[in-house]
Amino acid sequence: MVDRLPSFRNGVHPPENKDLTSGIASRRLPFPDEIILPLSQHIGRPAQALVKQGDRVERGDVIAEASGYVSSFVHASAAGTVKSIEHWPHPSGAMQPSVRIEVDPHSTQLQRPRLVPHWDEVPAEQLSEEISKAGIVGLGGAAFPSHVKLRPPEDQPVDVLMVNGCECEPYLTSDHRVMLEQPEYVYQGIRIVLRALGINRAVIGIEANKPDAIEVMRENTPDDLDIRVQPLEVKYPQGAEKMLIKAVTGREVPSGKLPSSIGALVQNVATTASVAMVFETGQPLIERIMTVSGRGIKNPGNWVVPFGTRLSDVIAACGGFTEDAAEIVFGGPMMGQSQASLDVPVLKATGGILVLSKDECKRQDILPCIRCGKCLDACPVFLNPQLMGALARVDRFEEMVETNLNDCMLCGSCSFVCPSNIPLSQLFAMSKIQLRRLSAA
Amino acid sequence: MNAKETRHEVVKITAAPHVRSDESTTRIMWSVVLSLLPVTIASVWFFGPSALLVILASVAGCLLTERLFGSRRSSLADGSAMITGLLLGLCLPAGFPLWMAFLGGIFGIGFGKIVFGGLGQNVFNPALLGRAFLQAAFPVAITTWPARTADWWALRGDNFALPFMSPSAADAVTGATPLGNLKFGDDPVTTPLLELFLGTTGGSLGETSAVLILLGGLYLAIRGHLNWHIPVSILLSVFAFSGLFYALGLSPFSPWFMLLSGGLMLGAWYMATDMVTSPLTNRGCWVFGVGIGLLVVIIRIWGGLPEGVMYAILLMNALVPFINRATQPRKFGGKPPATGEAS
Repeated sequence: MVDRLPSFRNGVHPPENKDLTSGIASRRLPFPDEIILPLSQHIGRPAQALVKQGDRVERGDVIAEASGYVSSFVHASAAGTVKSIEHWPHPSGAMQPSVRIEVDPHSTQLQRPRLVPHWDEVPAEQLSEEISKAGIVGLGGAAFPSHVKLRPPEDQPVDVLMVNGCECEPYLTSDHRVMLEQPEYVYQGIRIVLRALGINRAVIGIEANKPDAIEVMRENTPDDLDIRVQPLEVKYPQGAEKMLIKAVTGREVPSGKLPSSIGALVQNVATTASVAMVFETGQPLIERIMTVSGRGIKNPGNWVVPFGTRLSDVIAACGGFTEDAAEIVFGGPMMGQSQASLDVPVLKATGGILVLSKDECKRQDILPCIRCGKCLDACPVFLNPQLMGALARVDRFEEMVETNLNDCMLCGSCSFVCPSNIPLSQLFAMSKIQLRRLSAA
Repeated sequence: MNAKETRHEVVKITAAPHVRSDESTTRIMWSVVLSLLPVTIASVWFFGPSALLVILASVAGCLLTERLFGSRRSSLADGSAMITGLLLGLCLPAGFPLWMAFLGGIFGIGFGKIVFGGLGQNVFNPALLGRAFLQAAFPVAITTWPARTADWWALRGDNFALPFMSPSAADAVTGATPLGNLKFGDDPVTTPLLELFLGTTGGSLGETSAVLILLGGLYLAIRGHLNWHIPVSILLSVFAFSGLFYALGLSPFSPWFMLLSGGLMLGAWYMATDMVTSPLTNRGCWVFGVGIGLLVVIIRIWGGLPEGVMYAILLMNALVPFINRATQPRKFGGKPPATGEAS
């Protein structure tokens, strides 16, 4: 290794398992007979439903509006009739208010024409408003409403846009497919986001395990913009905002601060492509490319899935479970969430559905901590998970604030490496909840 | 469709991350045992059946104590008691009475580990604590080094002595260790370095062959089962400090002699690197290693004992909590923690 690729310090190398799906072009999933659209598919306040039982909706119609600044719009992802608005199993594990739409089997499922101003002819502020109305949220996993990010604090001007094509979670290949299949949308989206921010510099960070994506993105780079494609070392969690910024600029986002505090803003490649979709075709965020993978599913692949499609419909379209299917996860294997019900709908932030076989998700017994220090060498934000884990196990949550629990992003690297199989990141997730409870009381 | 009808039989619900590395504590422990096999076999080659008996006695003491008092039912399977037994056996002389070796094992596991709460809780290296106990209780027996004999089958001392009987030391033909020879001998001789390196000298069972310990240690370091910062910092600091004192004419030991003699190799690669009793961060490991190196040199040159590795490591073991506190990592995007706030 003569020329080391830029990266961050620490981190882990879980088996990538991306070749299960990385070479499979995305196909459209058949429209299901019913879709379920939770009003909460994003960080922030749930959307407010605008439809009622019996209403006819066309594909792309607004069915719920943002209920505050940090909130998002929800659109019908298929034409049909509103069956009910009720509590329904949500991938978060709770029951959430959701709009159930019985899909019209005779509809052509063409999107209702929607007027969107030309992106180059409206004031920059209006761009973020259109992005909000289209229900765009970050598709990298956090589902933070994108229009909020596009208006950084006045005193923290952004001077560089970082486009996140790392996709560091094992198995997932949806961002990879976006870059291969829709490079012109990605670049058009970057153009629009740059205009909304009033800047002209962008860096696209891609992990080096996607040489074809790096090549395609380089070939399509427009000449009139200052855009650089930056290959990055393959290491988890390279796609975390702070890690990406560190790798590209060499700078650390100060603890507790936003990336804009050092003039950076991060957008996922799939998000920028969906922004372009809004202004090119008028289509709001109603579907996305999603990876369905793991050795517990018969036909892994990449699919264009309308939001609200039930997990059971996705599984059926992929040939069903294999004999030794053991666990279903929404998201990647490092940070994704286990699912208990096949009724849960896929959401805007669902970049992947994994069905892991018994062998893939096997765990050994938990043994005592032997203070090997591997968790300290893994932690990308340089915490001491050994000490934090010991505190969490005896309920000393307040003291964990002093050990910087708030800086932990629950990436799971410490749990991954722990030879004693101590569920460190689970302990930290629990500690964060307990602390919130304590401070609320 | 009713939500309750489609609960799936794929029932595993766990918290993230859903995949784990193949590394396991049990695997680390047994690979340490595996890496000690060449040293163990060499000790039997050099010292005959006595070596095997002493090692077996100390292993038996450790395993029995762990089985009887270990807090977890499966605590024997994790291999940690086996390591303690092997290491303790390897730092005893070949002619050592077996009951003493057995007692050392009981003390090492019982008072070195179980009383602290078992695996992961102890402050001191259990094997060294066991040896420190034997050194205090049986100072004569533990420093009675057998001379090399032509007859491989011959016992190298009074292995079968019983408690409370005066040892029949007269039977044993004793020789001195290279360190003792040079320090306390009437006619100081320096043992050739090659002999030290290969291990054809007197001394404790596993202390003699530097080359085999190095091989085992390298194997563990490559597999990531020991932190190479610790042995490297110890060996470098021993070399540097002893070189300094040798150059100033304060010490009879050349730095190379220092490196290869006594228990330094075994201590640096196997005792000091015990994960439970060494610091968490690499920075901490350097503080720890340099501390051990300095203490070894001081004890060897000016102490009342020919060898100082054991006490050097035990003393630094005691400081590990403080080293850990002083070498906390600096959080990402933050300032280094203010050291004044600690405590």
